[in-house]
Amino acid sequence: MSTNDTAVPILSARGLHHSFGQTEALRGIDLDVHTGEVLAVTGPSGSGKSTLLHCLAGVLVPDGGSVTYRPAELAPMGISSLGEPKRARLRLTDFGFVFQFGQLLPELTAVDNVSIPLLLSGTRRPEAQRRSTELLERLGLEGIGAKLPGELSGGQAQRVAVARALVTSPAVLFADEPTGSLDSLASENVLTLMLDLVREAGTTVVMITHDARTAAYADREVIVRDGAIGAGYRVSA
Amino acid sequence: MNNSITLLGLLGREPSYGYDLKHSYDRYFGAGKALAFGQVYSTLARMVRDELIRALGEETGGGPDRKKYEITVAGQDRVREWLFTPDVPSESLQSNLFAKTVIALLLDDDADRLLDVQRSEHMARMRELTRLKKDADLLRVLVCDHGLFHIEADLRWIDLTSARLAQLKKELQSA
Repeated sequence: MSTNDTAVPILSARGLHHSFGQTEALRGIDLDVHTGEVLAVTGPSGSGKSTLLHCLAGVLVPDGGSVTYRPAELAPMGISSLGEPKRARLRLTDFGFVFQFGQLLPELTAVDNVSIPLLLSGTRRPEAQRRSTELLERLGLEGIGAKLPGELSGGQAQRVAVARALVTSPAVLFADEPTGSLDSLASENVLTLMLDLVREAGTTVVMITHDARTAAYADREVIVRDGAIGAGYRVSA
Repeated sequence: MNNSITLLGLLGREPSYGYDLKHSYDRYFGAGKALAFGQVYSTLARMVRDELIRALGEETGGGPDRKKYEITVAGQDRVREWLFTPDVPSESLQSNLFAKTVIALLLDDDADRLLDVQRSEHMARMRELTRLKKDADLLRVLVCDHGLFHIEADLRWIDLTSARLAQLKKELQSA
């Protein structure tokens, strides 16, 4: 979708500050993520992109400022003021995560890796496996369900990681360099399949990337520099 | 892109009419800028004069579109020479942007903003090319990829220059 003035935010960050020791990683970030958009967060290494993503996703509680989930609804949720158990629950039910190196569990088959979030949220195993297999097929991975991660190519493993992130039908998908470890063609395949699925489902995506070609798949880009989204760089749609 | 040599290359497949050549060209290379018939026929006439192609005779009815053309050995050599001579990498955009950046710094103007504006323009074009790739055939995808990689190279220069602006300004002021 394209963003505009009437877009409804699903996540709203205000005045985010965070430090690691003496290093200020975030220096007062304000950002609205709009419902259903694919947002690319770009910027140099060490600029604070990942810290921002972790704060938005409730992985990290910022030293200052707030992150609100569904701020326009009757009962908005202040993620940054929740305790870890509630944040963990929210991450499991409403958010999905994809990282640069899929971080699949090497001892589990592809279909079992994808099933994990469903099993953790109480879905019975046969149903979890059925849904996981179906999603793997939609990602072009027919017949690999019984394989271990070590038996898959990089592109296949990353598609399994995408399936695991999307199997619970999350409202927001957080992707940190989702194709950063892949060659150009595999990267394009993973991105295209992932974004087709999320756009069809209306899932919001916050995607960190240092790669302009990846950012070009997004509806909008914000550039983080020195822990801030400064005036002039800001947003391009 | 050099239209003449590209037409000559297309003619290297088999003898063709000007009309068919134009349509082949448009199909493979004409994205957004189809060749004019007039340009095709003037190019063919020039290549006949230069003995790169020859006309195989006219069919009844005359007119330029009734002539079939065939590539000559000299034409085939010219195509191979073109294929295997690398192009000079283009530096035009960077030169211009480099000049703008230096001038902005010398004038104590906002070079950061200048680079931002250019970056935003580049990203908009990349998004457009990425959208064009969706559901396109592979030929069109390849053309878009070529554009995307070139724009990306410029963007990397822009990002690196952005990171070096303070240092560059210092050097320019002390020069």
